[in-house]
Amino acid sequence: MFKKVKTWGPALALISPTLVLLAVFVYALIAENVRISMTNQHTARPSSDFVGMENYFRLFGDADFQHALRNLLLLTVVFLAGTLVFGFLWAWILERPAFGEGFFRSVYLFPMAVSFIASGVVWRWLLSSLQTDQSGGERTTGLNRLLDSVGLGFLQNSWWSDPNWGIAAIAVPAIWQLSGYVMALFLAGFRGIPEELREAARIDGCSEWKLYRHVIFPQLSPVMLSAVIIIGHMSLKLFDLIRAIVPDANTYDIQVPATMMWVKYIGSDYADSAAIGTIMLVLVALVVVPYLIYTSRQEKR
Amino acid sequence: MRRIAMLASVAAAGLLLSACGGGSAVEDANPSEASGSVGVFTWWADGSEKVGLDALVDIFSEQYPNLKFDNLAVAGGAGSQAKSVLAANLKSGNPPDSFQAHAGAELQDYIAADQLEDLTSFYEEAKLNEAFPKDLLDRLTVDGKIYSVPSNIHRANVVWANVDVLKKAGLDPAKPAADLDAWFADMDKIKESGATPLAVAGTWTQVQLFENILLASLGAEGYNGLWDGTTDWASADVTKAIENYKKALSYTNSDRDTLSDWGPATQLVEDGAAAYNVMGDWAEAKFSQDGKKPGEDYVYFPTPGTDGVFDFLADSFTLPKDAPNADGSKAWLTTISSVDGQQAFNAAKGSIPARTDVPADKFGEYQKSAIEDFSSDTIVSSLAHGAAVPVAWLNELSTAVSKFGGPQDVAALQDSAASIAKKFQQ
Repeated sequence: MFKKVKTWGPALALISPTLVLLAVFVYALIAENVRISMTNQHTARPSSDFVGMENYFRLFGDADFQHALRNLLLLTVVFLAGTLVFGFLWAWILERPAFGEGFFRSVYLFPMAVSFIASGVVWRWLLSSLQTDQSGGERTTGLNRLLDSVGLGFLQNSWWSDPNWGIAAIAVPAIWQLSGYVMALFLAGFRGIPEELREAARIDGCSEWKLYRHVIFPQLSPVMLSAVIIIGHMSLKLFDLIRAIVPDANTYDIQVPATMMWVKYIGSDYADSAAIGTIMLVLVALVVVPYLIYTSRQEKR
Repeated sequence: MRRIAMLASVAAAGLLLSACGGGSAVEDANPSEASGSVGVFTWWADGSEKVGLDALVDIFSEQYPNLKFDNLAVAGGAGSQAKSVLAANLKSGNPPDSFQAHAGAELQDYIAADQLEDLTSFYEEAKLNEAFPKDLLDRLTVDGKIYSVPSNIHRANVVWANVDVLKKAGLDPAKPAADLDAWFADMDKIKESGATPLAVAGTWTQVQLFENILLASLGAEGYNGLWDGTTDWASADVTKAIENYKKALSYTNSDRDTLSDWGPATQLVEDGAAAYNVMGDWAEAKFSQDGKKPGEDYVYFPTPGTDGVFDFLADSFTLPKDAPNADGSKAWLTTISSVDGQQAFNAAKGSIPARTDVPADKFGEYQKSAIEDFSSDTIVSSLAHGAAVPVAWLNELSTAVSKFGGPQDVAALQDSAASIAKKFQQ
């Protein structure tokens, strides 16, 4: 028994400050948040009557929250698809030793270093929704004006100012910023595939397409899984980009649970805000926790 | 050792005595005997608002040389950051000596949380009941008590118009439309001449346009009734009002949600890209800063259909319970409600005084006309600026109005608004 303390003791002492901080500032506050979400504190006047899961049921039945969830799903799907396609495309082009690989790799990866707030300010201008064929069209600016000036005027649209598909326009700057990161993941994945495997496949008479389908993609699937998990949870939590692009937080077109939580918080509806926060935590946990279990099992093997 | 013990016990006894000494009752607080510092919490951290606050602080230092002004301002649009900091301070039992809040319904949450002192006796001492218009006092009174002192009044039902655009469409800038239908007819003419008739920006400015249309369609009494329960949201009058709003939206710029706050929409009018902009009178400060002349470059008039009605919003100061320096707070409240204080502050900020007895000669042309209107018009509370309804109600109604901007489903907005009203009127 004493021996166990001797081996574990110093290690435990080293990480105990971190454990305490995590316990207080993460887990205790999560518990407090869940507690508030089960009260009826909907205004600044103090009221802590326990109402159980009533806030959650009401939120899920609320048309505005359902719209926010639908937006979140759409955002995640478009964001994931965009980053995976572009990330893979660029990694594939760069891995056949291409001219200037180092330079292009940096170019594609660099947007990730920019903060969402900073790039959001520029994208706010680019995604301006006025089109040249509307009243006041001479004021058109941003991407719409660019498309019009190169003759692609028919591609103009209202970007995020659309109640049904607007959120997909918010995915555009996010894809621009994070495709580089997915590209880096895939490049690492490609490098991990030994050249002998490809040669062996070619010797066996494999066509290029079959080579990719049966040899390379299966080898890349752990990388793809990582990319899906990382991009997926970023998309579920996306807030700063939306706030930077959309001037008024309470805009119906781009409402996602994160922005709704903020609007309710500003309006002193603490119980609903806490409930939405808890729902978001559960959603992200559903994505991340299975992945963590899977990787830890891999490591144990 | 013994000496130290003795000293320690004397010190402890001294501390005990001082703890008993504090906490004089608010009614006994005498501003003229106040000393120390007064911590005042606002969101006036930049622009014309900061200029106004500085002018007010100068008057305060003159009137109460023994007091030091402690500026606790927190920056951030319309107080969104400041309010959360304030809420945290109040909850932890650390109130400032005075804090800024929009007069009217926005205070209800603080009142219900028992965080504010009743200022009815202060009003009697400072003779404010005679100085403020009766309508304003009615709007500020909650259950027979008043909880804040307004420092300035803004008007939310003003239309700002570009003279050249109007002339080009064949309209006379000096003769605005008399009611909504005539105004829509004017907007048709402007549309034909190629300009955007009505400029509006994001959600809160749309809510402000919505409240103006409601006011024009329902009249002052009908509008007030929406918030106190005497007007039925599901009635045909309200349907007509929402249809008027839909018509107004059809004349607006299609990129309204992408405009950053109210400035760019007013800028469209200033630049001649749009004819009309419904905005509060802080737009006046923008026009004059940009060197535009009233009458020549731009004109202003009450929203057609709301002539004779003053849609007010006011910044006001409160006295929190357990304020550290209640004497000092009362001194501050006396300054902001005094003739000199209101004169200095409003001349710098561009709004108008709440008192009716402030000499108007130091104010600009718009302010003079607004002061006249304020003393004679019917006063109603602004929806979009926290005077008519509490914040939670405003937030939900804003979501419904923002949603309306897309599909423009009149019945959906009416139903949402009715159920929101029902929820908050209990």
